[in-house]
Amino acid sequence: MLIAALLAVMVTMGLAIVRAVLGPSVYDRILAANVFGTKTVLIIAMLAFLFGRMDVLDIAITYALINFISVIAVLRFIEYGDMAAAEVEPLEATDERH
Amino acid sequence: MIEFILDLIILVFLLVVAVTVIRLRDLFAVVMLFGIYSFLSATFFVLLDAVDVAFTEAAVGAGVATMLMLATLALTERREKRPTHTPLIPLMVVLATGALLVYGTTDMPAFGSAAAPVHTHVAPHYLYESPKEIGIPNVVTAVLASYRGFDTLGEVVVVFTAGVGVLTLLGFSRRERDESENS
Repeated sequence: MLIAALLAVMVTMGLAIVRAVLGPSVYDRILAANVFGTKTVLIIAMLAFLFGRMDVLDIAITYALINFISVIAVLRFIEYGDMAAAEVEPLEATDERH
Repeated sequence: MIEFILDLIILVFLLVVAVTVIRLRDLFAVVMLFGIYSFLSATFFVLLDAVDVAFTEAAVGAGVATMLMLATLALTERREKRPTHTPLIPLMVVLATGALLVYGTTDMPAFGSAAAPVHTHVAPHYLYESPKEIGIPNVVTAVLASYRGFDTLGEVVVVFTAGVGVLTLLGFSRRERDESENS
């Protein structure tokens, strides 16, 4: 049962990678990276139960926090074009077709 | 068996992400893919039972490195320029080096072998004596903070210096400018 769940999450990881690779817009890639981080948290939690090592769950929690903060930082970058200042011109964010 | 399958899937994902990073010219997408790459390798470290390495990889690779690269992108351009040279010679060098390294691994002891030098040199001493000598239950902490205390101090100094340098480049000049504008 756990193994089936692991493989199912792996499939969704693959789909997230496909979206991150293909794009086309910036937001597709941000969402793909965010989804991928969430799937990593799930994978590590399931590995913890599979191997019976509950201390690994702490890492899953750290990943969730880092993922959250990274997404906020990335979105600030897209919004302001800078990490700190708000008065800079925003980047154009939609036409990223190759 | 399930570990083997998971290893295989993660390595294939790593390969796909790496090749895409090389081929993409949009550096913002590259930064996002670096984040994914870091999460993948952290999962791989957990599978290899290197939990503390996975911890560091997640914090540095997916967290700090992404933000540093985005800050760099804010100061430079978002699109990579086309390379002016053909990649053939670098490809040859990389392939030759990789082949040598793979050849070198054939001399290494088997994965997880108890007779490997790393398990017979000082590791048993650390494992058996550190609770008595240092008094810290976590062996890794005992090694880092006590047996290799000076080494760790040097690392901390290096990291601190690098952090001060990056902060000087990114933040301080802007704050001074704001204050001079306000006054």
